[in-house]
Amino acid sequence: MAKNDLLGASLWDAYSNKVTTLMNSPKHQGELFEDEVTARGNKLIVADFGAESCGDAVRLYWEIDPATDTIVNSKFKSFGCGTAIASSDVMTELCIGKTVQEAVKITNIDVEFALRDEPNTPAVPPQKMHCSVMAYDVIKKAAGLYLGVDAESFEEEIIICECARVSLQTVKEVIKLNDLKTVEQITDYTKAGGFCKSCIKPGGHEAKEYYLVDILAETRREMDEAKMKAAADASAAGGAKFEDMTLVQQIKAVDAIIDENIRQFLIMDGGNMEIIDIKKNDEYIDIYIRYLGACNGCASSSTGTLYAIESTLKEKLSKSIRVLPI
Amino acid sequence: MQVYLDNNATTMVDPTVVEAMQPFFSEIYGNPNSLHKYGTASHKALSKAIDQVYKALNASDDDDIVFTSCATESNNWVLKSVWVDHILNGDKNHIITSEVEHPAILSTCKFLEEQGVKVTYLPVNHEGIIDPHTLKSFITEKTALVSIMWASNETGMIFPIKEIGEICKAKGVLFHTDGVQAVGKIPVDLQAVHVDFMSMSAHKFHGPKGIGALYIKNSQPLSPLLHGGDHMGGRRSGTLNVPYIVGMGKAIEIATTRIEEKMAYIRAKRDRLEDALLELDDTFVIGERDHRTPNTILISIKGVEGEGMLWDLNRSEIGASTGSACASEDLEANSVMLAIGADHELAHTGIRLSLSRFTTDEEIDFTIKQFKNAVERLRGISSSYAKQKPTKGGEVQECDLHHHH
Repeated sequence: MAKNDLLGASLWDAYSNKVTTLMNSPKHQGELFEDEVTARGNKLIVADFGAESCGDAVRLYWEIDPATDTIVNSKFKSFGCGTAIASSDVMTELCIGKTVQEAVKITNIDVEFALRDEPNTPAVPPQKMHCSVMAYDVIKKAAGLYLGVDAESFEEEIIICECARVSLQTVKEVIKLNDLKTVEQITDYTKAGGFCKSCIKPGGHEAKEYYLVDILAETRREMDEAKMKAAADASAAGGAKFEDMTLVQQIKAVDAIIDENIRQFLIMDGGNMEIIDIKKNDEYIDIYIRYLGACNGCASSSTGTLYAIESTLKEKLSKSIRVLPI
Repeated sequence: MQVYLDNNATTMVDPTVVEAMQPFFSEIYGNPNSLHKYGTASHKALSKAIDQVYKALNASDDDDIVFTSCATESNNWVLKSVWVDHILNGDKNHIITSEVEHPAILSTCKFLEEQGVKVTYLPVNHEGIIDPHTLKSFITEKTALVSIMWASNETGMIFPIKEIGEICKAKGVLFHTDGVQAVGKIPVDLQAVHVDFMSMSAHKFHGPKGIGALYIKNSQPLSPLLHGGDHMGGRRSGTLNVPYIVGMGKAIEIATTRIEEKMAYIRAKRDRLEDALLELDDTFVIGERDHRTPNTILISIKGVEGEGMLWDLNRSEIGASTGSACASEDLEANSVMLAIGADHELAHTGIRLSLSRFTTDEEIDFTIKQFKNAVERLRGISSSYAKQKPTKGGEVQECDLHHHH
């Protein structure tokens, strides 16, 4: 929220002139009929995507020359808002003259780009990017019908955000590479989730198989595991840096040093000590200990003995260590 | 021709009202709390405005009608102060409202839920109104407040406020009504119904924006929302918005004087428009005419998406409204539309037309013509009216794409 957000953006003002023009008079709106197409020796493919009860629906018609698999003509019908109608119109235009195999490579991003007035100005406001996704989906479906394959087989990777066409792999890589902690950061880095917002979390406009919140949690867990594994490997190899150890490894390391260098002297004097907790802050690694038996209340426990413990740990493990008896 | 048919959103300020407000900007501008003559100069006009509002609503002199900045403020005031007075500092923990209230109620209730208040959102029947007996069954001894709108902004349906008021009175529960869509449109007699609090807003009845009021029966206790210099008897602080109070008084007086005549005048135009639009196939209107505010039509047009319809109407310079998800920032369908159901189609195909006393017969004729043209054009493009069936395997299951909640 800042000055520019005080007045909600005017939806229609964010449409490009092309969107407006095509909404007002779509060029390829209409139908192709089975008997006419067959009479011309061609094959008709008609595919639906969406439904009126969903809020948007499109029917795509392809007249295909079976000798060359070329789409010689294409029409559409659409139940939808202005951007849905304009997207459908541009979609059919992009299909005409292409082979089915070429047409299936047309994505919603191509459709949106074709609706732009200027190459760098989006044709529609972010939440309307969703309308162009239907164009892409219906093309895949039509191609699947013609080629006799499942529409999903055209998708080479798992797409998380259909509006921006961001894959699962990209999202995970970006999270790991940049140590991202929030969904907002994912959107800033990849644009995923910045449009219709359906992919952010369950309950949005469209139900999804994957949600950014889950991917983030899963990836963070993988990162933590990788970090732990690295620490364990390093520790096994003997070259672990104290700062990079997991908490359990740190406790074990401290205990080992105490056992080796300190504990025997305490026991000789009828005392002992235990480690209570280890807390890390920007400057220090604080090791909280408690004296037991004769050490408890011994004058040296806060002076000489403490100094011996702390300096030994500092020397063997890390210069940032402070030992705090409680 | 320009036709404004979105009067449930806001109205044109009646030029007579603007005229009444005019002297209180640069001529009579003193602070009414000041002792000098510049301050007291506005007292006569303020008293008159207060009288106009009390008379318009048939409020008793024992009641308070406190001017606020808008109905959103009035709604927030009641909900938050009942929370402070009866839940935080009392033994209640429950508020009842409906699923079809304005966001000023629903968002505030959501906020109160986050503070630990239990809120019941009552569903509505197929006509979009609350059944008083259903309401009664949800009232418990822990219920602090019932808040139900007087009339719906979306459908125009008038709620059974008299029955609900009697139930609340018998149960000893406070009753608030958001009267925004009722005041100035239908008779509101606050001595004929039992209402503890009522919110209203001047810009819905040809007064200016930025001024509203809260009615408080018998001047009963309700902690202030705005603390400050003890204006309005300490109930609502903030220097009195003199020109706007004067404007609200004038506007409510005009709207409620011979209101039956005005209603009949608007209703005749509304009914003519509605009859003409219903001549179109595959259309339906929500709610019995006689149970609606006389200016409102919510019509569903099969095969025509709401935002697309609004677009075409706008090209003809007709201003209307839609609850369609496509027209919203978050692509979420209007919750009121979903609550009144009609197989979710209404959520995508509903167009609201709301008239005013300034709507003319010529405007209605023009709207009928343009509306029919738009429906013809958009149904011509619509996949819902396509003839060639999909290739085998190319069909869709009804709404397999989206989920609704």
